[in-house]
Amino acid sequence: MDRMTSNLLDEAIGFDDPTPLIGRLLLVEDCVETSGAFVLHHLLKRAFSSPHSSNVVIFLAFSQSFIHYDRILRKLGCNLAAQRDSGRFVFFDMLTLGCSDRSGKETGEGVLVGLYCKIQRAVHALIQENKKHVTIVIDDISLLEVAANGSSNHVLDFLHYCHTLLSEVGCSIIALDHEDVYMDIERPLSLQLEYLADVLIKVGPLATGIAKDVHGQLTVLNKPVEGLQDKLRNRVQNFQFYIKENGTEFFYSGSRA
Amino acid sequence: MAATKPRTSSFSRNFSSAHSSKTPGFKHGPNGTTFISSGIPDLDKILCGGFPLGSLVLVMEDAEAPHHMLLLRNFMSQGLVHDQPLLYASPSRDPRGFLGTLPSPGASKDDKSRDNSTEQEKGLRIAWQYKKYFGDDQESANAIDSKYEFCNDFDLRRPFDRHFFSGKHVECVSILDSSSLSTLRDRCATFLSQVPRNDGNISSGGRIAIQSLCAPQCDHSNMEWEMLSFLRSLKSMVRSSNAVAVVTFPPSLLLPSFSKRWQHMADTLLSVRAIPDEDKELAKLLTGYQDMVGLLNVHKVAQLNTQVPKILEATTFSIKLQKRRYLVLECLNQAPVDASSGSSYGSTGSCSGSSKTASLEF
Repeated sequence: MDRMTSNLLDEAIGFDDPTPLIGRLLLVEDCVETSGAFVLHHLLKRAFSSPHSSNVVIFLAFSQSFIHYDRILRKLGCNLAAQRDSGRFVFFDMLTLGCSDRSGKETGEGVLVGLYCKIQRAVHALIQENKKHVTIVIDDISLLEVAANGSSNHVLDFLHYCHTLLSEVGCSIIALDHEDVYMDIERPLSLQLEYLADVLIKVGPLATGIAKDVHGQLTVLNKPVEGLQDKLRNRVQNFQFYIKENGTEFFYSGSRA
Repeated sequence: MAATKPRTSSFSRNFSSAHSSKTPGFKHGPNGTTFISSGIPDLDKILCGGFPLGSLVLVMEDAEAPHHMLLLRNFMSQGLVHDQPLLYASPSRDPRGFLGTLPSPGASKDDKSRDNSTEQEKGLRIAWQYKKYFGDDQESANAIDSKYEFCNDFDLRRPFDRHFFSGKHVECVSILDSSSLSTLRDRCATFLSQVPRNDGNISSGGRIAIQSLCAPQCDHSNMEWEMLSFLRSLKSMVRSSNAVAVVTFPPSLLLPSFSKRWQHMADTLLSVRAIPDEDKELAKLLTGYQDMVGLLNVHKVAQLNTQVPKILEATTFSIKLQKRRYLVLECLNQAPVDASSGSSYGSTGSCSGSSKTASLEF
């Protein structure tokens, strides 16, 4: 039995399916005004509170330290430190990746190759331990680009490799990216990411301005799973959210009590 | 019985224990964060406490006005008053010369009378019988402030004495001539190694102030990724130490996409803007337009260890100089368009044109 009460976001992503995200790429896009990090926290909690103990999360943290995530998840009712000790949470502290030693002239490519090797090793080790469902979380891709010294081709290669890994062993990828950093670029990375993504979640501020009781709005685009004839069309859903320390409320526009 | 205790609820914070064992200049915030002051009392209030230790503060400059210097000066002065180590980097040839312009704290006695008088000015005349309540509020707030000396008022017209710097830990770096940012990165790293983060006791908090990081006269100004990488490493270094870094930059000199990347990097994001001198339209719209020197926007408030965004009452504030000395931030007050009630605003109500009333008579 699933103990968590399902909410709009879970339904839109498709958590009512038995195997919702396996082999899929979920992309969260946010902007300066509204951070989309809460979606990652929500999904992290979701991964750890589901009854399958074979769920493992590999977390690539480029933007925050472990303490930050630990404190947030603790308030959500999930102990990351304990999960890490039990091997269900693999945390890669990437805060200083690629910026620690510039004098060594490590290229952006080298940094990413090294990172991918680490991930691949971790995934294969987990598969051997019979931990079936591995989720790779990347927070966030724009900082991955900075670590790669701006070479978006290398970042894209990296993501392609991860994507291959995803189809090989059936893990899933959750990535956060900023939508507004690609404004004046001809072929932005975000377009290619959006093409790769199976589920796309866009987080933005309210169109009507800042409000106290609504923190922003979400658009969830769920591309159909191949082979399911009845779900040929993309499902797009819009709703709003309110972030609290112990969870996030999702509701349709105007329907909040 | 619980009723005999001064505390009304078991959930209230135990202030006496939180404050007793610590050095002045620090304030405990929610979620295990510790604040240091920005040097502007009003800004601390707006940001719900100040700048949290371990955060990166970015200030977007007005390319045509030096308003960001006001923020930088007060931030640096506050650090000096609290004896906190300071690293200042700027694209000028002689960054140490900037120290001569730092404001010194105004006399605390003076403060009190000042605050009270402004409070009285602010109060509407019909509310005279409530004045004593305003006064009480202010008094108690002042008492707390002076007791812990978290934040001082700085007198912008009175610079620090030269000999004041002698015992202080101040480093100045010019980023004008260095061809890459790696030297500045190394300076920051060695500086931050003096204020490592060890949980529990905070003995000192470092302050890094970097002015106009992407100024066009620097060699690195066309290396966008280099600068982003520097910011990223600065952020990660600051995270693991008891320090706050304030970096100002002119966003108009960056490509829009890079400007956004910088903004994403910030924990606290502010912007300052000058207001045109003789803007009749704006003067009509806002009360106290004459006293304003600029506008401050709060775009992002640091969310360390929490996922809940802080929603502020207002995001735009006017920067004013009180008595031409003290920097104050105020919410924008929109003047009534119909000027008939303009006189009740006293001396500041002069902005509403009287010619309009004549045409609007019924």
